[in-house]
Amino acid sequence: MEGRGHSVCSAYALRVMSRSEAITRWWNQAGNRALLFQVLLMLSVVLFFFLIGATALSNLEKQGITSGFSFLSQKAGFGIIQTLVSYNESSTYGRTFLVGLLNTILISVLGIICATALGFLIGIARLSSNWLIAKLSAIYIEIFRNLPLLLQVFFWYFAVLRSLPLPRNSLQLGDWFFLNIRGIYIPRPLPEQGFVLLGIIFLMSIAGICALKIWARKYQEKTGTELPLLPASLAIFIIPSAITWFTTGQPLYWEVSSLQGLNFKGGLIVIPELAALLLALTVYTSSLIAEIVRSGILSVNHAQTEAARALGLPQRKILRLVVIPQAMRVMIPQMTSQYLNLVKNSSLATAIGYPDLVSVFAGTSLNQTGQAIEIIAMTMAVYLTINLTISWLMNRYNARVLLQEQ
Amino acid sequence: MKKCVISSMAALLLMMSVIPITAGTLDEVKKRDTVVCGVSTGLPGFSSTDEKGHWKGLDVDGCRAVAAAVLGDAGKVKYVPLNAKERFTALQSGEIDVLVRGTTWTKHRDTALGLNFAGVNYYDGQGFMVSKKLKIKSAKELDGAIFCIHAGTTSELNLADYFAKNSMKYEAIVFDTHDQAAKGFEAGRCDCLTADQSQLYALRTHLSKPYDAVVLKDVISKEPLGPVVRQGDDAWFNVVRWSFFAMLNAEELRVTSANVDAMRRDSVNPAVRRLLGLDGDKGQSLGLPNDWSYQIIKQVGNYAEIFRRNVGSGSSLKIERGLNALWKDGGIQYAPPMR
Repeated sequence: MEGRGHSVCSAYALRVMSRSEAITRWWNQAGNRALLFQVLLMLSVVLFFFLIGATALSNLEKQGITSGFSFLSQKAGFGIIQTLVSYNESSTYGRTFLVGLLNTILISVLGIICATALGFLIGIARLSSNWLIAKLSAIYIEIFRNLPLLLQVFFWYFAVLRSLPLPRNSLQLGDWFFLNIRGIYIPRPLPEQGFVLLGIIFLMSIAGICALKIWARKYQEKTGTELPLLPASLAIFIIPSAITWFTTGQPLYWEVSSLQGLNFKGGLIVIPELAALLLALTVYTSSLIAEIVRSGILSVNHAQTEAARALGLPQRKILRLVVIPQAMRVMIPQMTSQYLNLVKNSSLATAIGYPDLVSVFAGTSLNQTGQAIEIIAMTMAVYLTINLTISWLMNRYNARVLLQEQ
Repeated sequence: MKKCVISSMAALLLMMSVIPITAGTLDEVKKRDTVVCGVSTGLPGFSSTDEKGHWKGLDVDGCRAVAAAVLGDAGKVKYVPLNAKERFTALQSGEIDVLVRGTTWTKHRDTALGLNFAGVNYYDGQGFMVSKKLKIKSAKELDGAIFCIHAGTTSELNLADYFAKNSMKYEAIVFDTHDQAAKGFEAGRCDCLTADQSQLYALRTHLSKPYDAVVLKDVISKEPLGPVVRQGDDAWFNVVRWSFFAMLNAEELRVTSANVDAMRRDSVNPAVRRLLGLDGDKGQSLGLPNDWSYQIIKQVGNYAEIFRRNVGSGSSLKIERGLNALWKDGGIQYAPPMR
């Protein structure tokens, strides 16, 4: 009896459901409808950009302006002062793109490294208990983060450059290093026979140091005794390489710059444009990073420091092992923004003639070919790619240092 | 909701089918009552502002001539200062009506950029400026030198060509504007400043010690500089081209801003009468008022006058007429007859 009642009931429910399904058509269901609008929106966005592209193309054609990417294989015909890959006047526009791209990456990487190092130093100094150091750092931060970056670039380039001597009266350090208005000249290392062996030995000794560190850590975890690693590491670092160096007969030749005619020739040269731009980017960004470091450190509860002190950790270890790792969680998202800004700011290079992507490709190449849309699109794509890569790397790092909650 | 979506889509489609800026610059200028003229960011003698903020120079007078012809008032010009990299885009996009900015006429620019050169208002050539202290007499002694250049100019290409031809080496530092390049030269960053010779003379006047620098005699390129308009707008092209020819013809016929009123009243020379719009088809075929050329000469002057005033003996640049003299005086400036 009971079973029968149940089946009647479910048959009724089924009937009601099928009727209501007939009333609510599929497009009237909330889920489907949301999906439909998403698809429509997506299509209209695609259509929007397609129409913009098509209109631009047809307008260019109507105005008699050449378009397309065939210019990349044409001969560029102009010189570039700093190239990381081989380049000369008969190279193509595609090559100038590569040269500019590498120069942009060079300044960005150098800038990020220097700004981070200096920023950490200043940020920690700002919290120093030494009144003078803390105040000097505060002044540094307030001056450099409040001045427009372009002005700082001009300052380092035109004001500082002007006070340097001409090549004939170069400042010099021994017979090796020269400084004048044309740049910083340093000896260029030229590897000779046997250098590969030296390189292998060097890498092996570094691997040895790493192994030693891991072993020492395990030993400490087991016994609680901390081993003095520095002397042993130094010995591993220096002795094998030094022996190889002398037995292979010093397989590295240093090419020194010398004054020939109007300018110095030979050796490695750091052009003043690179030096000035790096200085400006480093100083400006480090003042912002210093504040991030300070806020990160202050965000760590003071009780943590006190607890570490109660455990008997020395002050330097408290900073390195307790405070900084926790501060990182606060700092990394903000540091990412600063890195992205630094990469974008490096395009100010064009103001002082450092041959970065904007100056070489979106500048000279654009003007010689007149193909603004293609070149600007490529340049934007480059900055987007570089910055998305930085974001991605930093986010991964951030995920690693995040507090592992249980 | 649905209506809103549909109507916004329709608006979007309408916006998309924008007609490109081609014909009709002349009508637009008349309606706007101003000529928008692209000039340099500051090059003495060609286009720069004086202490009162007024634009002066040979290129500026080119703009003023067009305004005098079309609107009857040489003052109705809006100047847009552009650096070398921006100039073509500004013209192509319709931001300016005409570009008079020491722009070299080359095949590529004339054919691939959707532009037309309406004439040559200054025949120039690329030269070198060095410090007197270097005691350099010829460009051949510049092997291994460092050069300061203005970005996006033909100078960059000519320099590479010249050094390749003579198998010499060089390095180039590329600046955004003329002024910055000159500053780099003055600071000693480079041995040599290279640009069109006229520009070198002009930039030299801006150095703190102008006479410590010399412009070498060597000229390494042909640089015909002239006004540029958009391709495909022939009516406007004609107006710009003939505004310049009117000034050349006026010099040839010795009509100046001082004597133009007397000439208009008394002259019996048929060529002068045609020039001043008294006989012939006057301004009709150009779509301009009958007194268009009279207004140019009255308000701006003939070519000899604007040359002397801006870059010649009446200016601080003191450039000789040279190639820019009329053909009958040994130069190559030559205008077709006005008839």
